[in-house]
Amino acid sequence: MSADAAIVGRPVQVYEPYRSGLPPLVPYVKNLWRRRHFAIELSRASMRAAHTDTVFGQLWLVINPLLNACVYFLLVNIINGGTRGPDFFTHLIAGLFVFNFLQNSLTQGAESVTKGGKLVLNTSFPLLLLPYATMRTSFYRFLPSMGIYAVLFAGLEYFGPRTQKCNAAGACVDLNTLHFSWIQLLAIPVFAFIWLYVAGLTTFMAALTVYFRDTTQFLPYATRIWLYLSPVLYYADQMKPWMTKFEMFNPLYPILGLWGDVIARGQLPHASWWIATVAWGLGSFAVGTLYFLSRERDFAVRL
Amino acid sequence: MSEEDEVIITPSQRTVVDEVAVSVQDVCITYRTTFEKRPTLKQAVMRAGRGKRQVKTVEAVKNVSFDVPRGTVLGIIGHNGAGKSTLMRAIAGIIPPTAGRIEVTGRTSTLLALGVGFNPDLTGLENVLLGGLAAGLSKEEVETRFDEIAAFADIGDFIELPMRTYSSGMAARLAFAVSMHMDPDILLIDEALSTGDAAFKEKATAKLRELVDNSSTMLLISHALATVRSMCNEVIWLDHGQMKMRGEPDAVLDTYIEAMHVKKTAAVMNDF
Repeated sequence: MSADAAIVGRPVQVYEPYRSGLPPLVPYVKNLWRRRHFAIELSRASMRAAHTDTVFGQLWLVINPLLNACVYFLLVNIINGGTRGPDFFTHLIAGLFVFNFLQNSLTQGAESVTKGGKLVLNTSFPLLLLPYATMRTSFYRFLPSMGIYAVLFAGLEYFGPRTQKCNAAGACVDLNTLHFSWIQLLAIPVFAFIWLYVAGLTTFMAALTVYFRDTTQFLPYATRIWLYLSPVLYYADQMKPWMTKFEMFNPLYPILGLWGDVIARGQLPHASWWIATVAWGLGSFAVGTLYFLSRERDFAVRL
Repeated sequence: MSEEDEVIITPSQRTVVDEVAVSVQDVCITYRTTFEKRPTLKQAVMRAGRGKRQVKTVEAVKNVSFDVPRGTVLGIIGHNGAGKSTLMRAIAGIIPPTAGRIEVTGRTSTLLALGVGFNPDLTGLENVLLGGLAAGLSKEEVETRFDEIAAFADIGDFIELPMRTYSSGMAARLAFAVSMHMDPDILLIDEALSTGDAAFKEKATAKLRELVDNSSTMLLISHALATVRSMCNEVIWLDHGQMKMRGEPDAVLDTYIEAMHVKKTAAVMNDF
């Protein structure tokens, strides 16, 4: 083989200064897609390391959110004097499961770049893959909880307590508070926007943690407060007026409101929540990604 | 190890092709970094109260230009903090330049000071796979090399254990084995030979000789001047980010040693 033949087909890489602080986007996205198997393998390997692939590991993924939900249900029910029914229970677990997804993504994702240490220092690859790997992991941890939700919903629909409704003539019918509706399938596109929202937030936190390594210490407090301010442990319409005013600044208010309406109550929410969820999803994704990309050059010298 | 029993690699039969493998054109690299090893929000808030800033700007590389023809083994020498590692990481595509342009023809494999093994909870093989995938190889490409890598690293069953159980020498052996077996067009080595025991050092040197004989393109950063002298056919001397000298190994090294005000003693010439 002549030297010329050997040269043909060799990739040529050109490294130039970034324009306006961002890497060239089209090649970046292509590269991201080409190396997606890295994120998949990293997520798989870390799940293996956490024993998520064993029987008991998987069982724990089911038991853990369930226990969590029971604790909160008990707590809220005690505070409310035991008046909560199955419709509230489904609202609570639907909200909690999505909130857990957000919380897991944030706490794992925030550390994704700083934990990538030597690889970030030694290899040239699109670093967005690091938070995306943790997003994949938290999604695979979220999936079983949706299975639990479906089982619980079906169980409560079938065996759950019924209320009697009587008309003027005295004829009574048993009414179930829960019933399956095709609207619940809208949860899938709604979740896609929730994913975008969480992905944006996670990449933002991943970049921020490079500059402030202690964000992971503040995160548990921040997310817990966020949970209490969001309509998970109560219905959105139960909020005090002063709180509702503040809720326009809380993305989870429309997002979880929409999610709960669709998946727990099977009703179509008003358009403003749809618009807000789509806007928060796209906005967060764009801002988080741009922030990450604008800082990416720094990571190799800051770690 | 004294100079006598050191393995000398002669750059004799090497064929240097006209084609340029790496072209560095008027490159400047500036970055901002912090003094703190682990910057925290808490410290930032406390500092803000005192009106101090803990960020410094580093001009690591200033207007450096050179071409590396295919088949060249280029040594890069200079004092600590001269910008050698930054320049090499720019060539690897890890840090984009602040000004100028770098063209690299072919795939690079990096053996930088820190080696593989970024995740201590994963096994050696998992780390190797992830490193390969990040570098752009396919899963199959990495897996076909597993046996060779394991055999070369020669760390026994440790290859299947989490990397937190490795000694630093074992991690270095694995790192060396990986970068040697990725079939790179251009090999970038940053002081990585300095770890490992005598037996592995010999094995590593022999492997490098093989690559040198096969006309591989190599960029080598080392403070071990004897290694640079025996392996390279061209040397660049970086001083405070600027290229001070470039040329034949003997000429550059002699001037460098003179400038460093150190005698050509065994201590300087000794390997590693």
